[in-house]
Amino acid sequence: MSKDVLRVGCAAGFSGDRTDAARPVVDALIASGGPSVLIFETLAERTLALAQIARRTDPQLGYEPLLDEMLRPVLADCLAHGIRIVSNFGAANPRGAARRIAGLAHELGLSVPRIAVVSGDDVSGASHRDALNDGLQGALAGRDLVSANAYLGAEAIANALIAGAQIVVCGRVSDPSLTVGPAMAHFGWAADDWDRLARATMAGHLLECGAQVTGGYYADPGLKDVAGLARLGYPIAEIDLNGQCVITKPAGSGGRVDEHIVKEQLLYEVHDPAAYVTPDVVADLSEAQVRQVGSDRVLLRGVRGHARTDSLKVNVCCASGWLAEAEISYAGARAEGRARLAADIVRERLAGIGPLRIDLIGVSSVIADDAGHWLEAVPDSGATDVRLRMALRHTDRAQAERLAREMVALYTCGPAGGGGVRTSLRPTLGTLSFLMPRALIPSRFDFFDPQREGAA
Amino acid sequence: MNDNSSIEPLWRAAHGRTGDKGNRSNISVIAWDPALYPLLVAQITESAVGQRFAHRRPARVQRFLLPSLHAMNFVLDDVLDGGVNDSLNLDSHGKALSFLLLDMPLQVPHELRIHLAGTTGSPTTKPHPKETPST
Repeated sequence: MSKDVLRVGCAAGFSGDRTDAARPVVDALIASGGPSVLIFETLAERTLALAQIARRTDPQLGYEPLLDEMLRPVLADCLAHGIRIVSNFGAANPRGAARRIAGLAHELGLSVPRIAVVSGDDVSGASHRDALNDGLQGALAGRDLVSANAYLGAEAIANALIAGAQIVVCGRVSDPSLTVGPAMAHFGWAADDWDRLARATMAGHLLECGAQVTGGYYADPGLKDVAGLARLGYPIAEIDLNGQCVITKPAGSGGRVDEHIVKEQLLYEVHDPAAYVTPDVVADLSEAQVRQVGSDRVLLRGVRGHARTDSLKVNVCCASGWLAEAEISYAGARAEGRARLAADIVRERLAGIGPLRIDLIGVSSVIADDAGHWLEAVPDSGATDVRLRMALRHTDRAQAERLAREMVALYTCGPAGGGGVRTSLRPTLGTLSFLMPRALIPSRFDFFDPQREGAA
Repeated sequence: MNDNSSIEPLWRAAHGRTGDKGNRSNISVIAWDPALYPLLVAQITESAVGQRFAHRRPARVQRFLLPSLHAMNFVLDDVLDGGVNDSLNLDSHGKALSFLLLDMPLQVPHELRIHLAGTTGSPTTKPHPKETPST
């Protein structure tokens, strides 16, 4: 690898990730002495819709709720050492996040950094309504639209960094673009340098789930042992001017980076490995190789790229009704038989309500299918501590509430010895996805102006 | 099965991880050792995996080979009961599914046994209605 290396550290792989991850990553980036970027990936498919709901109740909200906890420990050092921060923690309100970061800097006694806000992903407004209806072919009719966001690419991020941004706040961008943008800006790659963009994309792909590439989500005691899971080091990609990368982690941290772990994460959420489609490029992993090149250091090479497509993926979230869940436990002799009987009783009471899922936790909690084919085919195994779980979805809240009532009634009307009933009812969001012509979704950035927009 | 081979659970020869997008699951199967990779390609086929997940009624099972990683990627369509927003499953992502696949039986010639990981003795712990040897 060339000596000109950009280090990209990742301190979050989803909203709800450990918030103390950034400190060791930032320390390692500082120690490296070279150009570095810190990214936080906090936006899963549904996170943005939840953020949009939060913003409906308070226009100041709608960005990552743990923003303070993530940034406070490292903001001063990142600014002092020239480590730029790039994240999608803006969620449904990137400008609100920028305002909060300005406020945080103020609280820490720092001068307010140059914060760029990337926009263009929100396609829920009137100007995109025709394109939404076209793309969804009428599926939107009569539904409560919560959010509609396109997955933007890396160009606006790169342009913001080139223009001097110290922090880039995005809403919906594709996860790997958080890494591709800084690499484009640092190395001066063109937006059609497909091989380099594809390599950086796969570096970003390896980083985007945080500790999943450093030993998290891998351990299986006795077979796949990983030491130090309680103090996992989060990943750092060392990217060279050709986009090739070495994945590593802070010295002394828990976890491990080896070929097997990197392979698992490389194929995570990939379908056709010859065509991994992102807004920036179509990456081709057909000939990818990984090689251990040092302790906790794995080189990825052989990734190629093809021209990006002319459309962007759009995720649309709508309110979809209610999810009802209810549970009751049985223990001792014939417990499984009693749990199965309880399920039959509730099923009979709720006949016609729609699909009703049954789990016998202690026998099976996740392997079975919603339709119950698995459970039907498996006879009573004689389990002696079984928790019956039943679940249903309904557009009508009153109907959904019936499940809880029937489960509670099993206390007096059900099989012997049932106990520990718990019930829950939650509003649900449905997601629809489609491709929208790229030309309809221009992305841009602008600098947050603390004089004009204030700090929160 | 002949005298020079034994049936082992797949997890002794390979490891993997599940990912999801919508109602589609992908499961990687990665050889613990390059020497075991041809066994995986020969035995862990689209049809064998389709049988393994029969209770989930996959609309399609596709297998992609990655010889330079000694890995395969399975893509199973419509196996998540609608996926994270629509499924009633506690594991609406289907994250546990890789371990269902890794319990498939694999016929391993004795000369390749030295490449296996772990030890035999902890077979499938849960009953499975579609236990079909893939060989």
